[in-house]
Amino acid sequence: MGDRRALDRRALDRRDRAWWIDKGVRYLVFVGGISAVVFIIGIFVFITREGLGFITGTLDAGEFFGSPRWRPTSHHNPTYGALALIAGTASVTGLAIVVAVPFSLGAAIYVAEFAHGKTREALKVLVELLAAIPSVVWGFIGLSIMNPLIIRLFDVPVGLNVLNSGLILGLMAAPIMTTIAEDALKAVPDAYREAAEALGATRAETAFRVVLPAAKNGLVAAVLLGVGRGFGETMAVLMASGHSINLPTSVFDSVRALTATIAAELGETAVGSDHYRALFTLGILLFAVTFVINLTADLIVRGVGPSAIRIAKR
Amino acid sequence: MTTSFAATELNVRKRKVEGLVRVLFGLMTVLLILPVIVILTVLVVRGGPALSLELLLTEPKDGMTAGGIMPALVGTVWLVAVALLASVPIGVAAAVYLSEYASDNLLTRLINLAIINLAGVPSIVHALFGVGAFVLFFGFGTSILAASLTLAIMTLPVVIVSTRESLQAVPRAFREACWSMGATRWQTIRRVVLPNSISGILTGVILEVSRTAGETAPIMFTGAAFFLPFLPQSVYDQTMAMSLHLFVISTQVPGVPEELPFGVALVLIAMVLAMNSLSIAFRTYLRGKKKW
Repeated sequence: MGDRRALDRRALDRRDRAWWIDKGVRYLVFVGGISAVVFIIGIFVFITREGLGFITGTLDAGEFFGSPRWRPTSHHNPTYGALALIAGTASVTGLAIVVAVPFSLGAAIYVAEFAHGKTREALKVLVELLAAIPSVVWGFIGLSIMNPLIIRLFDVPVGLNVLNSGLILGLMAAPIMTTIAEDALKAVPDAYREAAEALGATRAETAFRVVLPAAKNGLVAAVLLGVGRGFGETMAVLMASGHSINLPTSVFDSVRALTATIAAELGETAVGSDHYRALFTLGILLFAVTFVINLTADLIVRGVGPSAIRIAKR
Repeated sequence: MTTSFAATELNVRKRKVEGLVRVLFGLMTVLLILPVIVILTVLVVRGGPALSLELLLTEPKDGMTAGGIMPALVGTVWLVAVALLASVPIGVAAAVYLSEYASDNLLTRLINLAIINLAGVPSIVHALFGVGAFVLFFGFGTSILAASLTLAIMTLPVVIVSTRESLQAVPRAFREACWSMGATRWQTIRRVVLPNSISGILTGVILEVSRTAGETAPIMFTGAAFFLPFLPQSVYDQTMAMSLHLFVISTQVPGVPEELPFGVALVLIAMVLAMNSLSIAFRTYLRGKKKW
């Protein structure tokens, strides 16, 4: 009796080689699947590991957020006031957003609602190519094309300033905003447009009264991700902003950004020194802010489309 | 009484507004794209004279104020190749998981959020991570290995997302047909799903090459050097790279003749845009060829 049952079980056992391979692969791709989560946690852990000593030790939060004096290399009394760096990043990103938002949303509306056929494909490709220009090339453009242009046009002594880097950053953030905004507009069902047009609305009326309100969340997410993009940009800002510590009062002031500070100073610090740890602390700040921006954008629109990622990376 | 179909005043006004809006938004689009064309033109005009076979095939000399960029070109190829070796397998596995296995649950949402964040974290933070993790903790030192792994993690979202997209483009009926024949999930993926999406995956990989080649910040402290008199022999060596070289000769080295950085910028952008265009062309071609 017991023998027969064992025999049956063996006969019914379908766990052949293919089954085991299938099971193995299932675990393998699962590891790949969670790798992104592992890496994000890894980034947080490793930059915190290097920066933590500064946060718990030397850091004076009041000085860090309240003082514009970033003098980490001073022999007698190094100070770590990040206010000017935060102001630098904020002013450059702010100008970039002011420049980029109207044009990006305008372009997105045009591509999604007015252009069609070949024109539309061509415009999309050009926007994608705009996004493909490496940031160091943008920085170089700021340095060698925009700089003399600004000096000549506005009669200022230095052309590496908020205006220069803001415009460059605007051009860099525009394609990602355009692409995500266009995705959001495309996600509005055509039935909405058909209903509006059946009521006699023109295309413009349909776009403004029907499609835009329906795509509102996606458009907000587009702007947010554009902000995150500008905020985290490094090389272009390093090369085009003038890189001098300043609380800017006009667009012609040179500034220094958080990202650029890390890029410029990390090479000259000794591993484990206060200065080195302070730079990692700036990194933690950058990580935290971009994380919040991305999380907010994700909460506004559940999930960001593939074309956004394709373009977002730099 | 005759019914008139002539346009009313309201119709005429609406049509005018319509035309105006169209022109205005078209103009904004053009203004957005115009800078690229202007910039490319300027780069070609001013960098063109610096281009020569000598630029591509010789080493920099006289403190990088003359000579070519061969070591930087070779270095970029090294960095991109090693980064691809790391990111393509992980990225494709992740995409297979997300497209073929994952259900719509909290974990999947978390993974998607992580992917967006990997794509959104500033490149300099990736650099800090590379220093903290690969250079120091894993002890790779400043080397091609450390720099490439940093780049790989940074560009992972590109591979994952484009691969997932092309896997999902394979109709579900293909899978169902295969399952009904008694195939396991993996057999289905290997024999049906992957062969039908391989060209789409390739498109994503080409795009990743273009992204990786242009990066500067993540490699500055992890493995790229300002100047090296020799070519890298293994992944444990440092290397020069195109992107960093452009930064160095345009900001750090005095007395560089003006056309040299323009030439380097032109070569870099030509490399990146060529890869990008290839990827876009491939994508368009595949879309047109699609049978289902």
